[in-house]
Amino acid sequence: MANYTENELAKDLQNQEYKYGFVSDIESDKIPIGLNEDIIRLISAKKNEPEWLLEYRLKAFQIWSSMKEPSWAHVNYEIPKYQEITYYSAPKQSKKYDSWDDVDPEMKETMKKLGISLEEQKRLTGVAVDFVMDSVSVATSFKEKLGELGIIFCSFSDAVREHPDLVKKYMGSVIPTTDNFYAALNSAVFTDGSFCYIPKGVRCPMELSTYFRINEGGTGQFERTLVIADEGSYVSYLEGCTAPQRDENQLHAAVVELVALEKAEIKYSTVQNWYPGDKEGKGGVYNFVTKRGICERDAKISWTQVETGSAVTWKYPSCILKGDNSIGEFYSVAVTNNYQQADTGTKMIHLGKNTKSTIISKGISAGKSQNSYRGLVQIHKNAHNARNFSQCDSLLMTNQCGANTFPYIECKNSSAKIEHEATTSKIGEDQLFYCMQRGISEEKAISLIVNGYCKEVLNQLPMEFAVEAQKLLAISLEGSVG
Amino acid sequence: MIKINNLHASIEEKEILKGLNLTVNAGEVHAIMGPNGAGKSTLSSVLAGREEYKITDGSVEFDGKNLLELSTEDRAREGLFLAFQYPIEIPGVSNVNFLRTALNEIREYKGLDAISAKDFMALVRQKTALVGLDSKLATRSVNEGFSGGEKKRNEIFQMAMLEPKLAILDETDSGLDIDALRIVSDGVNSLKSKDNAIIVITHYQRLLDYIIPDYVHVLFDGKIVKSGQKDLALKLEEHGYDWIKEEFATRK
Repeated sequence: MANYTENELAKDLQNQEYKYGFVSDIESDKIPIGLNEDIIRLISAKKNEPEWLLEYRLKAFQIWSSMKEPSWAHVNYEIPKYQEITYYSAPKQSKKYDSWDDVDPEMKETMKKLGISLEEQKRLTGVAVDFVMDSVSVATSFKEKLGELGIIFCSFSDAVREHPDLVKKYMGSVIPTTDNFYAALNSAVFTDGSFCYIPKGVRCPMELSTYFRINEGGTGQFERTLVIADEGSYVSYLEGCTAPQRDENQLHAAVVELVALEKAEIKYSTVQNWYPGDKEGKGGVYNFVTKRGICERDAKISWTQVETGSAVTWKYPSCILKGDNSIGEFYSVAVTNNYQQADTGTKMIHLGKNTKSTIISKGISAGKSQNSYRGLVQIHKNAHNARNFSQCDSLLMTNQCGANTFPYIECKNSSAKIEHEATTSKIGEDQLFYCMQRGISEEKAISLIVNGYCKEVLNQLPMEFAVEAQKLLAISLEGSVG
Repeated sequence: MIKINNLHASIEEKEILKGLNLTVNAGEVHAIMGPNGAGKSTLSSVLAGREEYKITDGSVEFDGKNLLELSTEDRAREGLFLAFQYPIEIPGVSNVNFLRTALNEIREYKGLDAISAKDFMALVRQKTALVGLDSKLATRSVNEGFSGGEKKRNEIFQMAMLEPKLAILDETDSGLDIDALRIVSDGVNSLKSKDNAIIVITHYQRLLDYIIPDYVHVLFDGKIVKSGQKDLALKLEEHGYDWIKEEFATRK
């Protein structure tokens, strides 16, 4: 690695188009604001959904109506007015520009720093470019290759139409509609999302990415993702986009369910960079996501996330270690700046024997932000010889920010081994001075130090994602030491 | 190379340097000695550009430029190198990545292209051999888990990599056993040339047995109060600093 550093990688990236993806039609019609049964029927009808899915939605709506928004997280925000939201519109209100000159210069600058090619920049900002032909052909060859292996990778709506048995069997099996307020809301009104199925014994030969498609079609406010890895299969799945996402949707409540059957492995990586609001803390996305995976015997699920965006983040990618010898991992970097607030962590639920979990969480707080780690390690009474290792580190960039760690441990089996380590440190003036004395600018020095601090997590990301994540960290923390 | 004229510097309202004068030419090695609290480390910090220190008077000319107007990183890019008394650890950042970043920043400043990976690694191999640094240390995180001696050797390795015009060694001998001292000194000596200069700040004359200075200065109470050649260091070793203090007190 030593002879191949970030800069070179960045250059490679610049010259490289996103390799995989497909295009889905963008719905553009809207329905009245507010939420009631009629609206849900309308959504379902517009999507030509089968009766069972409509019922699923209606049931979820009833459950949601009886629930209260959770308030235990260490965040403060104005509760969204749920009856003033349009629940069905184009999945994403990404701003379209008539010409490249109209695009916000600040946004252009950020994308340039991320090393995104000009073509891609134009596409991300929604400037009309003659690009579609090309991506369709890429998408087609991509789909053909996966199809040969029996891998299904499509939009959630397509999956409902083409693979109803799989959807019916697994949707809600990991995160029931009753799970929590936002999951119930999502179950009632989700518009689209991604679906992925890897057949028995198949090792998916490429990183599956929602990347491309999200950029093109846009994320819904209420996305739904379902990944099923059948026995002995493997898949690495990338979610998100490192480009700045200016989104008019304030509330995002997604649901992600992962099912790892016997001996299967799912690696799920996220880079999230939604609009965090301005420097005064105005605006920004509320990201209230429920993510959970279930592991059968000898299965493994690994969550890796780099979170730099959103005004408020409420997110706990979790693993239910149901089968014996199953493994759960959670690697996280969460950066908050200005007035951002993040309450994020994981839950590791050990049910089976010899189950193992690892939690590595790196929080970085800058500006006046609040960054909290919240994690639960639960060892059930039959989980003999369960093991957990947790490490939660916090790095403070200023004197006005805050970092909190809320680790919960519930252990009902005396053979379990649980380790928890936590540290809090402030970015060192001495470290910065040392770097600068060697000729390194302050900005680059911060980036070096922070990337070093996050290394264990960044190393878990696929290569091209890791490089963009590093740059994203640098941009998020520009001029933030104080 | 560097011309320090009537330099006054203070920290938290306390004046530490009180009119320091020093001129160092290319090809020279100068030793600055002095008792604790004389201002030795302040001098190196001020020259390197630590922000906590306030310059209240005087000037410093470095290679024809006004040093005090340059930022910390630009001073480094102009060729000023400080070997730290207590080198800093940077977890997760490999030594080579750190140095490559530094080297390329310096090259960019000079209008040169970034060094290729191949040339860089060749340079690393050459320089680790020169300063006797275990090549494994080059790929480890900067100073993390290094022994005291390894840290000091790593400073000299960095100096070798960055090829500064003026290197200031701040108590590089402290905490070194005799073997480590010899290795570090050999490294420094091999980097000496007619185009660069070295300022050795030390408490003991021991180091000067290995790095032979052209001039020796005694820093006391924020000023250079005595200058001489190698024999001055020996006299200090023999008699301590008390006679300087006395001499200084009577002069006052």
